Amino acid sequence: MSEAASQAAAQAAVRVEPAPTLDNALAVGPVGRLDPRAKLVVVFAYSLLMALAYSPLMAALGVLLGLGLVAWARLGWKVFLSRLVAVNLFTAFLWLFLPWQLSLGQGAWDLSLAYNPDGLSLALLVTLKANAIFLALLALLGSSPVNDIFHALAHLKVPSKLVTMFLLFYRYLHVMRQEYQRLRQAMQVRGFQPGSNLHTYKTYAQLTGILLVRSLDRSERVYQAMLCRGFGGTFWLLDHFSWRRADTGFCLVSGLVLLVLALLQWSGISWN
Amino acid sequence: MELIRLEGVSFAYSGRPPVFQGMDFALSEGQRLGILGPNGAGKSTLFQICLGLLHPQQGRIYAKGGLCQGEKDFRALRRELGYLFQDPDDQLFCLTVAEDVAFGPLNLGKGRQEVQRLVEGTLNSLGLGDYGHRLTYQLSGGEKRLISLATVLAMQPKALLLDEPSTGLDSERAAVMERVLDESNLSWAMVSHDLGLLERTCHNIVRLEGGLLKDLP
Ligand SMILES: Nc1ncnc2c1ncn2[C@@H]1O[C@H](COP(=O)(O)OP(=O)(O)OP(=O)(O)O)[C@@H](O)[C@H]1O
Ligand SMILES: [Mg+2]
Repeated sequence: MSEAASQAAAQAAVRVEPAPTLDNALAVGPVGRLDPRAKLVVVFAYSLLMALAYSPLMAALGVLLGLGLVAWARLGWKVFLSRLVAVNLFTAFLWLFLPWQLSLGQGAWDLSLAYNPDGLSLALLVTLKANAIFLALLALLGSSPVNDIFHALAHLKVPSKLVTMFLLFYRYLHVMRQEYQRLRQAMQVRGFQPGSNLHTYKTYAQLTGILLVRSLDRSERVYQAMLCRGFGGTFWLLDHFSWRRADTGFCLVSGLVLLVLALLQWSGISWN
Repeated sequence: MELIRLEGVSFAYSGRPPVFQGMDFALSEGQRLGILGPNGAGKSTLFQICLGLLHPQQGRIYAKGGLCQGEKDFRALRRELGYLFQDPDDQLFCLTVAEDVAFGPLNLGKGRQEVQRLVEGTLNSLGLGDYGHRLTYQLSGGEKRLISLATVLAMQPKALLLDEPSTGLDSERAAVMERVLDESNLSWAMVSHDLGLLERTCHNIVRLEGGLLKDLP
């Protein structure tokens, strides 16, 4: 093949379709174009700060920032809301359980539940913190193709064993899902209708069992395939990112914001 | 030059009757061997033994005249002997097609630019030029089969072990595959149930039955 023709083919090979993002919420906004390495560093620092935050006001600021990021990333509203609900299903349990205190009386079975206002503010704090971190993760990481994020991790010198594990985990999540769907379909075409009866439970138990056995089998054969291609422990990276001025800007601004937040938190100003 | 030779190999999966008992097999450079045989005759098992993926209970395996004893010897052998799996689902394990094709050459220590050229060249030669950024788990069965072949060819082996290479390919793609193989200077052992394909692409055909290889009458 001539040089020109192969170059044209290479051009055609570049991103003919949008690569999948972590969240399927295809980001079109400027956040999607940021270097994933920059986003990872920022999101890591931000999450750390939020995890350490101990005042609700601080956490609320974090939520606002997160909301701003999500708006900037222009993720679809539907996806955004559905993920938000999923996360807050967990925090709802905190609100259910934390405000109550179990106090022991004299007798062995003498228990009583008492209202505990401290628990309520703790639930609020945790909810705000969780949402702040979730929003930033969604906006920054959800807007990059998932393999870009893994590759960015590798470029940031995260141990290659870990990155390999992530990559294979993500890859085989899909295989397992496909396998599961195939098994389900095989059951459906033979007239299986789930209900709450013993037959259904037995069938689902079998389904789970066969899924595990098949996955084990497959993992063995995939390892064989890797050996056949000279696997020696490294997963190679093809993508190389290009750092742009916007990325430097993004890091600087984020760093400044985080610094201000940290100062506010630990400058001794009383928040309560 | 003899690439691989099995001598007196006996093999049984644990708890099952033996698949082979004292069987011999050899593949030389320049040879194009077709293998026919009923389902369950042990054709796939034979290939896996050749590459040291399964270990026979008895017998010896020689690669280029030297005895293969441990994983290290087989590692060297696998560079020269590419293996196309019967089930392409087992063969593609990276996220994107380009990464998967590049995986082998990178393991062989090739430079980035050369790998890039190899990936593009191999995909183009199979008419898959615009598949580089596709996700491997979203391909159709036939596409997976052809990409699997690309991953094997990109390692530039001397010979191939092909396990039903044309299964699942449409007639157009099957013709492309036949042409690419035919125009290469590769040797191979090809398993297929399609006698016509074997007659077109192989120099001689053998039949595997009852754990033994026999020349086709
Ligand atoms: N993992 C395994 N464990 C136990 N027995 C196995 C295993 N894999 C294959 N077998 C058995 O070994 C025999 C040979 O299998 P093999 O896959 O080599 O057949 P084949 O010639 O490739 O068949 P086909 O034409 O269907 O691909 C079969 O009887 C099969 O049931
Ligand atoms: Mg087989």
